[in-house]
Amino acid sequence: MNTAATLLAAEGNNPLIPHAYELVVGIFSFAVVLIVVGRILTPRIQKTLADRTDAIEGGIKKAEDAQAEAQSVLNQYRDKLQEARQEAARLRDEAREQGAQIKAEFQEEAKAEAQRIIAAAHAQIEADKQQALTQLRAEIGRLSTDLAGRIVGESLEDEARQRRIVDRFLAELENDAAVR
Amino acid sequence: MNTLTVLASGASGASEDVFTPPGLELFDYPPLIAGVSWFTKPVLLALLSTLIVVIFCWSAFAKPKLVPRGVQNVGEMGYMFVRDQVARPFLGKDADRWMGLLLSIFFMVWIWNLMGVIPIIQFPVASHIAFPIVLAISIYVLKIYLGIKHQGPIGYFKNMMFPPGLPKPIYVLLAPIEFLSNLIIAPFTHAVRLFANMFAGHIILAFFSLVGFWFVFEHLTPLGVGLGVVGVVMTIAMTAFEMFIQFLQAFLFAMLAAMYIGNSLHADH
Repeated sequence: MNTAATLLAAEGNNPLIPHAYELVVGIFSFAVVLIVVGRILTPRIQKTLADRTDAIEGGIKKAEDAQAEAQSVLNQYRDKLQEARQEAARLRDEAREQGAQIKAEFQEEAKAEAQRIIAAAHAQIEADKQQALTQLRAEIGRLSTDLAGRIVGESLEDEARQRRIVDRFLAELENDAAVR
Repeated sequence: MNTLTVLASGASGASEDVFTPPGLELFDYPPLIAGVSWFTKPVLLALLSTLIVVIFCWSAFAKPKLVPRGVQNVGEMGYMFVRDQVARPFLGKDADRWMGLLLSIFFMVWIWNLMGVIPIIQFPVASHIAFPIVLAISIYVLKIYLGIKHQGPIGYFKNMMFPPGLPKPIYVLLAPIEFLSNLIIAPFTHAVRLFANMFAGHIILAFFSLVGFWFVFEHLTPLGVGLGVVGVVMTIAMTAFEMFIQFLQAFLFAMLAAMYIGNSLHADH
């Protein structure tokens, strides 16, 4: 057994004794991997992972900002809408008030106008009536004297004659009226 | 070439049909090119592993995208695993600084080990102790350097051998034990744990596959065939188990490295 072990060791076959050239190759391999993977590549992936975290967090932040902005815009819009509604209500009230006022003014004016027209018409009528009366009075006087003169001039012979005179007179009157 | 093979062949000269279990000759390889004595199969595989790790990591991490595609996804899974399971638990906020080293160690050891189950290749590089030794010694040197740098030359050994808060007499016992375990045993077990696992795993796989091959194909007998089938089935089962062990050992090796570094950076851990 002992001899076998020494035999193995002598042949460089003991599994616990490292081969020198394998140590060298091991160091070389490890150095290469350490430089390429550890030094060059790991920082790249770390940077990418950090960037990804930033991007995700940035995205969330951006979304939050956008939401906040949308909320504020909505609030502004609501305020404005409210304002506009109030304004509209105010204008409507004002218009209604104004309308009522205008209507009242017009009514007032129309009434006054009507009053004026009626008054004018009354005055006209009165004037016409006066004129007619005056005219009539003069006419009646003239006619009366005319008639009386004729009656008297004809010396009132008979009843038939008188009647004829009156008839003729009346006919003349009528003719006059017709001509006129 | 090899004592055992020589012995075996010498013995089998008499009886050709005797089953000989595989032995240490499994780990002995002649030079691939006559005359170049250092260029053996393990050396070739070590260089091949380096190439694989470099190419894989290059294709995964050389031009990393914000939205990962293809190989980058796989590489990131490896990165995340090492970061979350190895680096952060032991290094905390220093994790990112040491990720390059830990990632290199993890990928390298894993590929070394995986070589043991890849058909035709079938040799775990780490079953030659020289390779684990290189990594373990690198970590050992780094550990002592960092310890002295961060805790001072006296503080490092004081914190290691005389952790505060214990009754005085205990230190008589504790100090030598801590010294021994941290500075002499730790690097040895660090390397040997990986080596021995791969070494034993390789022997087990070789043994079961040889049992299967021998009793089913080479010497098919009514009595032996059952054993042969067991050998085949066990070979398959042990290959699966071996793959698990290979991953586990790579993980453990990187984890211990992280633990040693973490202990050197901060005294009380």
